[in-house]
Amino acid sequence: MAITGVLRSALMQLRVLDMDAAVNHYVNVLGLDEVGKTEDGRVMLKAYDEFEHHTFVLRLAETAGMDFIGFKVDSDAYLDQLAAETQAFGLPCEWLAAETDQPGFGRRLVVQMPTGHRFDFFADVAMAEDRPMLKNPDIWQKEPHGMRAQCFDHALLYGPNSAEAVRYCTEVLKMAVVEELLAPEGDGKVCTWLTSSNRMHDIAILEYDQPGKLHHVGFKLEDWSAIGNAADLITINNVSLDAGPMRHGVTRGLTIYFFDPSGNRNETYAGGYAHFPDMPVRQWDFDQAGKGIFYYTRELNERFLSVVS
Amino acid sequence: MSFVQQPGMSDTASLIYTITIEEPLTTFTCKSDQTLLAAMERAGHRLVHIGCRRGGCGVCKVQIVSGDTHRLAMSRAHVSVEEEKNGFALACCIEPRSDLTLKLLEKG
Repeated sequence: MAITGVLRSALMQLRVLDMDAAVNHYVNVLGLDEVGKTEDGRVMLKAYDEFEHHTFVLRLAETAGMDFIGFKVDSDAYLDQLAAETQAFGLPCEWLAAETDQPGFGRRLVVQMPTGHRFDFFADVAMAEDRPMLKNPDIWQKEPHGMRAQCFDHALLYGPNSAEAVRYCTEVLKMAVVEELLAPEGDGKVCTWLTSSNRMHDIAILEYDQPGKLHHVGFKLEDWSAIGNAADLITINNVSLDAGPMRHGVTRGLTIYFFDPSGNRNETYAGGYAHFPDMPVRQWDFDQAGKGIFYYTRELNERFLSVVS
Repeated sequence: MSFVQQPGMSDTASLIYTITIEEPLTTFTCKSDQTLLAAMERAGHRLVHIGCRRGGCGVCKVQIVSGDTHRLAMSRAHVSVEEEKNGFALACCIEPRSDLTLKLLEKG
């Protein structure tokens, strides 16, 4: 296997203000499936094209936003290596025993990022009952519904000390920088898009004064026609639209941004080019950020920069 | 032949209230099943920021000076218990139950 260590972003726990409304949104509109409830009332979800027991968890809370993002790694032994390398880098980390709060998950290494976000790493996850077929596979076992989200794809994180967080992602997690938005002055970066595989991005990190903020969580759709179907469902279900359907200059992804019933931004994402480790970094000047994000209108709106949960 | 509308198929009647913003003096109408922000956005008023429209981001915070409201769930990160007692709320999470008077906050 050419991809080693960190494989992909594969788990997120999100805070919601109204559980019934959130489940309706993520299941009936976005098209995830409910796997079950935890003893403390959190709701576990997954997309139809994922093998993991679950990849997305909703927790009822008084504030919106994310509790943590999780990454699947290639082996249990790598977790020990990652713990040692994280400590050597200087970030605080601790262990969570298997099945602590995520049914089906093995032990997790929990790292507190300098941006105020929590990254969890795990190697072992139970195989979902409802998953892609393995023998003479059809394209799905059960017909996808709603926006037909295929998998949890990525998240854009807003927080301080982004340069240090990016350094951890590249030096310790061995992620690759795919694209960067350059600061208007100096040699800093406003935003960095990072991947651990061929996938366009697992995370992006944007410099922001408040810690631990979520800009959006992205779900993969199959193609541009699926994006059109998603746009129809946004209107039919009176979902709060942010922007799109459109294309990004950055990653070339086809996309729509909208908000869940608690104000957490979602993205439905399709396309984009494949990343390979020998590819150079693509850079955007700050005054071209409009084209980078909103490739067709080429105008950056205030809401995209300042509205987070 | 014609199509006969069955009972319950017509839009249910919602009450319409007048919302007054003190400064700059502005009035608009808002239905009882509509949020203040949705009514302002539809009327083309750009007096408060339009954010997530769902109570999570906090950019549409206002103060309700007088009137009865129905409050939808909104993030405590943006409206504390103390602020709630003093009428502060996110405009995207307030449905009117009477005519209302609002005060805008500094547009940050």
